[in-house]
Amino acid sequence: MKSRKSIIGGAAAIAATFVVFVIPFLFIILMAFKDRQQSALRDFSWPAGFHLWDNIVEVVKTRNWMMITAFINSSLITVVSVTLLIVFAAMVGFVLARRKTRFNGLIEFLILAGLMIPPAVVPTIWLLQGLKLFGTLHGMILIEVAYNLPFSIILYRAFIATIPRELDEAAVIDGARPLDVFFRVVLPLLWPVTVTNIVVQSVGIFNDFTNPLYYLPGNANATVQLTLYNFQSQFSTSYNLLFTNILLITIPPLIVFLFFNRQIVAGMTAGAVKG
Amino acid sequence: MTKTRLFALMGTSVLGMMLTANAVNAQQSGYLSFLIDNGPQSVAVAEAWVAAYTEQNPDVTIDIEVRPGGGEGDNIVKTRLATGAMADVFFYNSGSLFQAINPVQNLLPVTNEAWQEGIQDSFKTVVSAGGEVYGTPFAPAMGGGIFYNKPIYEELGLEIPKSWDEFMANNEKIKAAGKVAVIQTYGESWTSQLFVLADFFNVLAAEPDFAEKFTTNEAKFATSPAAVKGFDRLQDVFEAGYLNADFGAATYPDGIRMVATGEGAHYPMLTFGIGAIAETQPDHLQDVGFFAQPGDSADSNGLTTWMPDSVYIAKTTASPDLAKDFVGFIGSPAGCDIRNEAVGATGPYMIAGCELPADVPPAVSDMLPYFQEGGQNAPALEFLSPIKGPALEQITVEVGSGIRPAAEGAALYDEDVRKQAQQLGLEGW
Amino acid sequence: MTAAAVPAMKARRRSLYPGWFYAPAAAIYAVLFLAPTFASLYFSLTRWTLFDSVFIGFENFAQFFREPFLIQGLVNTVIYAVITSGLKVVLGMLLALMLTSQIVARGYLRSVIFFPVLVSTVGVGMTFTVLMHPTVGMINQGLATLGIQGPGWLVDPKLALFSVALVDVWKGVGLATVIYIAGLVAIPKDYYEAARIDGATSLQNFFYVTLPLSRPATATVITLSFIGGLRTFDLIWAMTKGGPGFASDTVASVIYKQYQAGFYGLSTAGNVVLFVLIAVLVVPLTMFLNRKQGHE
Repeated sequence: MKSRKSIIGGAAAIAATFVVFVIPFLFIILMAFKDRQQSALRDFSWPAGFHLWDNIVEVVKTRNWMMITAFINSSLITVVSVTLLIVFAAMVGFVLARRKTRFNGLIEFLILAGLMIPPAVVPTIWLLQGLKLFGTLHGMILIEVAYNLPFSIILYRAFIATIPRELDEAAVIDGARPLDVFFRVVLPLLWPVTVTNIVVQSVGIFNDFTNPLYYLPGNANATVQLTLYNFQSQFSTSYNLLFTNILLITIPPLIVFLFFNRQIVAGMTAGAVKG
Repeated sequence: MTKTRLFALMGTSVLGMMLTANAVNAQQSGYLSFLIDNGPQSVAVAEAWVAAYTEQNPDVTIDIEVRPGGGEGDNIVKTRLATGAMADVFFYNSGSLFQAINPVQNLLPVTNEAWQEGIQDSFKTVVSAGGEVYGTPFAPAMGGGIFYNKPIYEELGLEIPKSWDEFMANNEKIKAAGKVAVIQTYGESWTSQLFVLADFFNVLAAEPDFAEKFTTNEAKFATSPAAVKGFDRLQDVFEAGYLNADFGAATYPDGIRMVATGEGAHYPMLTFGIGAIAETQPDHLQDVGFFAQPGDSADSNGLTTWMPDSVYIAKTTASPDLAKDFVGFIGSPAGCDIRNEAVGATGPYMIAGCELPADVPPAVSDMLPYFQEGGQNAPALEFLSPIKGPALEQITVEVGSGIRPAAEGAALYDEDVRKQAQQLGLEGW
Repeated sequence: MTAAAVPAMKARRRSLYPGWFYAPAAAIYAVLFLAPTFASLYFSLTRWTLFDSVFIGFENFAQFFREPFLIQGLVNTVIYAVITSGLKVVLGMLLALMLTSQIVARGYLRSVIFFPVLVSTVGVGMTFTVLMHPTVGMINQGLATLGIQGPGWLVDPKLALFSVALVDVWKGVGLATVIYIAGLVAIPKDYYEAARIDGATSLQNFFYVTLPLSRPATATVITLSFIGGLRTFDLIWAMTKGGPGFASDTVASVIYKQYQAGFYGLSTAGNVVLFVLIAVLVVPLTMFLNRKQGHE
C-alpha cells in the first residue's frame, strides 16, 4: 500500500520536476540543434535537421577560436584557485577550530565580513595594478581565492569540530610534526567536506562572470562566461548559436556533477549543517 | 543654426588621391591590438580592415579584441585607460563620451598626421580636446530619425510626414489597417532614446541657444517647452496604442526585422541600422526608407545628425608609428572602400575622397538630401554639450511604456544630468 | 637545537596548531579584500574620475539618497532577498522531505533539482529571458494552449522583480534542498520512534520533531540565501538590467549603474550603503537564528 502511494507521488513529482527543471534544459539542447531560421521562432519544437555540429564549429571558431582560449583560461583559473582555496581554508579552519585565543572573535568577524561585504571593485583594480597583477591570470586566481576564502573556511571549521582532537594528539605522540599532522592526518579526514568545497567553489569560479569582466581585460585572457556575454550581441539574431554556446559552457559543470553527485549530500551533512 | 551645413559631402577626391599615394610607403612590421565593440558590423569591418592591412604589410600582426557595447563598454574603456591596459588602437564614441575619457592624458594626438588633412573639420571638433585632434572616423555620419516600411506606405497611399501631426495621422491610418504603426524595442533600452534624441533638430529650431544654456545649467528639459516635446512624443505613441505588442521585450534585431519585413511601419533609429538590415534582411533592403523625425511645423523639417564613432590611439602604445599608420589606413579612401564592401554604405563619409557606391539602399539615399545644399540638419545634443545623463535610456523606457508621464520623465532626466555635470566639474552646477 | 629543549617542547605543544597556518589566507585576504575595502571608505568621500579624486565629504552619500530610485531600490532589494530566501526555505524543506521519503526515482529527482545550481547564472538568465518573452516565449505559449493569457513576465514593471526572483529560486532551490536533506538525515531515528509510540500524526511529526531539529539547516539556508539575495546582481543584470525603467533595480544594480556611468566615488559610496544595509539586516538575523539554536 505504501509503495503504491509512493509510486503515485513519485510519478507526480517526476512530471512536475520534468516540466519545471528538465524542459528548460531540453529547450537549450533543441535550440542548439536548429538552424538560424528555425531557432528564431524560439519555440519548443523538434529540430528540422541536425545542425548541432555546424553550430558548435561556428561558435568555437568565432573570434579566432576564442572559445578554446577561454576554456583553457577558465580551467586554469578554476583548478589553481580551488586548490589554493582548499589548502589555505583547511589550514585556517583547522587552527581556528582547535586553538582558542582572544583573536578568534576577530577572525570570525573578518570571515563574516568577507561573506557580507560587497567587494570594492575600483579600489581593487587600482591595487592590482600597483602589484602588477592587473589583467593577469595570477591576479585573477588570487582574487578568486580572496573572495571565496570565508565560505570555505566556514565549511572546514564546522567539519573539523566534529573530528576528535585525540586524533591529532595521538599523531603528535607518534612523533609527527604539525605540518605532517595536518597534511597526513587531518586533511585526508576532511575529504567529504573537501568534495563539497571542490564542487561549490569550482562551479562558482568557473561560472564567475563579474570579476573576470573587470580584473581580466583582453582577448588573451578571455574566460568562458565572458565569451558568452561577448558573443551575446554577435549572436543576437542567431539563437541557435547563443544556445549552442550556453550548452557548451554547461558541459564542465555537468562533468563535475556526474563525478561528485553522490558525495555532495555527504559533504553537506558533514560541513554546513553541524555548525 | 538650423541651416548649418555640417558636412561637405562627397567632395573632390584630390586629397584622397594624395593620401593614397602617401600610403605606398615602406612596409610596416610589428604587433598591434585593436579594441572594438562587439556589434556584428563593427566586427565585420574591423576584420576586413585588418585583413587588408596585414596583406599589404605581412610582417604586421593585429589582434582584434571585442568589448560589450553601451554603458558596459564605456566602463571597460575607462577602466583600461585608467589602468594603462588599453589596446594600442581602439574604437569609441566621439562627442560628450569622448570628453569623459580624459583624452589629453590618455590618448596620442594625431593633429598633424597626413591623413588628418582629408578629415572634415566638423568631425575634428568632436574628437578634439586641448587644441589637439585625437580621432579618425570609424564609420560614416549618421542621422537619427524614423525608418519606414515602403510597401506599407504604398499600400495605404501614405505621404512622408513633414510634421508630427502628419506623422500621427499616418500612424492612425496604419493602425486602422490592422498593422503595427510604431515599433519600439525596449528589450534593449538604448533604443528607447530615439524619439528624444532625434527631436533635437526641432528643439534647436525653436530654441537656437538651448545647447549652450543646457551646458551652463540655464536651460532644462522639463522647463523648456521645445525640449520636453521629445518626451511627449514618446508618451503620445504609447497612449495612442500604436506600438507592437511585445515592445517591452523586443530587441534591436527584432525592430530591424519588423520594419524590413513589414511587421511594423515605423522604427525610430539611427541610420547605422541600415547596415544591420543589409546584413540580416538583404531581400528587404529596398523596402526600407528613412525620414527625419518631424516637428511641430512642416516648414522647418530637418535631420538630427550624429558624428561617427572614432578610432583613437592609446598613449600607452608600444608602437606609436605602426598604430598611426594603421589608423591612417582606416581614415583613407581605401579604408572606406573596404568598409563599403564589408558592411555596405550607411551614410556620407567624413573623409575626403570617400565615395558612396552608385547603388545605395533607399534609406541612405533618403537621408542624403538632408546633408546636401538646401537640406537642413543639426547635430545631436551630445555633440554640442559635454553632458549626457546616463539614465536617459531607463527614463525613456518608463515614459514610452506609460510608467511615468512625460513631464516627470523630463524632470527626472534633469536630475540625472546634474550628476554628470558635477562629475565633469563644469561651472555653474 | 638541543640546548633549547624545554622551550622547544613548549613551542611544539602549542604549535600543533601553529598560528602561521593563518598566514597564506590572511595575506591574500588582507591585500586583495580588506585593503581595497578600507580604501573604498576614503574613495566614497571623493568625486573620483579614476584619474584623480577630489575630497567632497559626504556629498556622495547625500547624492545617493537623493537618487529618486534608491528608496525603491532598497525596498526591491529587501523584497527580493525575503522572497528568494523564503521560497528556498519552504520549497527546499518540502523537496528534502520528499527526497528523504520512500519515493521512487529519488536519484533522478535529486539530480534534476540540484543540477541548475551548477549552471552558469548568465546562461540561465539568457535562457529564461527567451522563455519569458511575452509573446513568443515558451512559457506564455504553453499557457496559451491552456487558454491562459500569460503576463509580461519581465516587461510588466509590477512583475519583473518577482519574475527574476522566481528564476533565482529555480536556480538555487537545489542547494537549499541538499542542505535540508543533510539536516534531515542527521536527525536521530529515535525521535521519530518516540513520537510514533506517542501516537503522533505525520503532521505532528513534522512540527514537533522535524522542524525544530532541522533548525541548523534552516539557519544555514536563510543566512546564505538572504545574504546572496541582498547582494544579487548577475541574474538581474542578465535578465532585466534593472528594468523596465527602474522597476527591478536593486541596490547592487544601482551601484553598478553609477559605476558604469563613471561615477566611481558615488558608486563606491553605494557599496558602503549596501554594506551597512546587509550588516543591519543580517547581523541581527544570524544572532537570532543562533540564539534559538542554543536553546535546543
